[in-house]
Amino acid sequence: MNNVFVYCEFDEGKVADVSLELLTKGRTLANTLHCKLEAIVIGTSLDGIEKQVFPFGVDVLHIADDKNLYPYLTLPHFAIVKNIFEKEKPEIALFGATSIGRDLAPRIASALKSGLTADCTELIIGEHTENKTQTTYKNLLYQIRPAFGGNIIATIVNPETRPQIATVREGVMKQEKVSASYKGEIKKIDVSKLLTDADFIVKIIERHIEKSKINIKSAGIIVAGGYGVGSKESFKLLFDLAEILGGEVGASRAAVDSGFCEHERQIGQTGITVRPKLYIACGISGQIQHRAGMAESAMIIAVNNDPLAPINEIADYVINGDINEVIPQMIRSYKKNSK
Amino acid sequence: MKNLKIIVLAKQVPDTRNVGKDAMKADGTVNRGALPAIFNPEDLNALEQALRIKEKYENVTITILTMGPGRAAEIIREAMYRGADGGYLLTDRKFAGSDTLATSYALSLAIKKIDYDIIIAGRQAIDGDTAQVGPQIAEKLSIPQITYAEEIFSVEKGEVTVKRRLERGIEVVKAKLPAMITVHSSAPECRPRHAKQYLKFKHARTTSEMQDASEDYMQLQKDRPYLFIKEISADDINVDVNWVGLSGSPTKVKKIENVVFTAKESKKLGSSVEEIDELMKELISNHTIG
Repeated sequence: MNNVFVYCEFDEGKVADVSLELLTKGRTLANTLHCKLEAIVIGTSLDGIEKQVFPFGVDVLHIADDKNLYPYLTLPHFAIVKNIFEKEKPEIALFGATSIGRDLAPRIASALKSGLTADCTELIIGEHTENKTQTTYKNLLYQIRPAFGGNIIATIVNPETRPQIATVREGVMKQEKVSASYKGEIKKIDVSKLLTDADFIVKIIERHIEKSKINIKSAGIIVAGGYGVGSKESFKLLFDLAEILGGEVGASRAAVDSGFCEHERQIGQTGITVRPKLYIACGISGQIQHRAGMAESAMIIAVNNDPLAPINEIADYVINGDINEVIPQMIRSYKKNSK
Repeated sequence: MKNLKIIVLAKQVPDTRNVGKDAMKADGTVNRGALPAIFNPEDLNALEQALRIKEKYENVTITILTMGPGRAAEIIREAMYRGADGGYLLTDRKFAGSDTLATSYALSLAIKKIDYDIIIAGRQAIDGDTAQVGPQIAEKLSIPQITYAEEIFSVEKGEVTVKRRLERGIEVVKAKLPAMITVHSSAPECRPRHAKQYLKFKHARTTSEMQDASEDYMQLQKDRPYLFIKEISADDINVDVNWVGLSGSPTKVKKIENVVFTAKESKKLGSSVEEIDELMKELISNHTIG
């Protein structure tokens, strides 16, 4: 059996969370298939990067370290990954569904004439029989993803082509180390042999990336608001409640589109997936796309004045009321009772 | 400046924001007939970027290329009404059921036939949200790709300068032409139809659409060749049928399920001080908060 590969994104000296989540899933898949887990990190100043990667159960780490490889550019990263894949012939290849992964993975899939499934929410190994030919394929990757605006869930397989390539959004998979002392093998890539001037035909002339200050994904408590919050001013109430509870503020797409808060806080299919211990949904109707990103929360409290809101079906508590009254009352009650 | 040839890739998509029960066929492909068909939103953002280039520079031509069934000619006309110069419809039964790889293969062959300096497309289509066809076409044509474009700043001296919208910021890149650019939804909206363009192109038709047309119509197209929307078939571009359609697509749909969330037995509360007080006490005592 050939191996499972994960393309790891690298920024500010760290392997990205989404990549560590993919390594965790990749390890599980490799265990099921009885094969190795291999990782690729491409960037610059990568000394010691293995310490971040090996604990996730990585058996082989491919490193391409060169000053021209950071920040990410499509063509050089493409050339390196393609070269590795042509040599190693992975069974499965995973990329983050990020602006990097969704740029790189399709170009790789096209070059290798392989199937690619975007934005998977679950990856499992299973069997598949083609209806037409009645051929049965064992140990295929089920690539499960929402489709059609989130109204259906599709299971996609690539019976014939390898690697089976998938992208996964940040926060969808869990992050879990195998062991702090797990050791793999390092393979350094001789970049100079692989790249030509033509790979640098696109040049970055300006770059402004803000450091992420918001960490919704790891928040234990999330106070989220939707279009029903009504205004940017009312949204401040959610920040007050989140602050006092030690949580973060999230939002539905409708709230972000209305300018109530920044895009980084968007929860749902086109945003982040979260599973906090408490999710307080304020003025959120709970369209399927939003529920897909938060339905696994341990406890859900819905605050709204629409008894028919879909969010109520999955909530543990439904408070029927105006958020402008309910939230300040929650804050007062918490202050009074928590001492 | 010499001629600048822009191809805008556009797709007619089912409006997934209005999905009914008959939307999917048994084989897992989309039953397009059951849904209203619209111009893919980000392809309109792409068209707008092309129109801005045409406004800014001389000798720019915009050609729309769409792949789909006969009725997809509607969006070619729509693009013409907004300022495109002409269009091609890539259409053949052999393409039915193509996944993104098969689609990009067919489109890349058509593009080679048409000739171009820049290809501009929407980042992704709302029926699949994959964002794969743009980069895959770029690979098949061996040209660079600039994804997530928010604004094309300039096209000068054979180079294009583009602002990209990334997750936490922006990036400005410069690339030598030819290049493939995919446009993000944060780019400006497309302008509406222009009355003069509408009057000029309202009788534009494909060969198939002309089949039942009257003699007058035939004459009109003869007199005004720009009203002819050319159809491209698989044979016209020497497609290898092993690489298109359902059988030429590496990805197969194994199963389709409706999304079902487990409903919970929820406790209904009012917004009185007592009820909220009670809830907060309970959350504190079971260590959910505090």
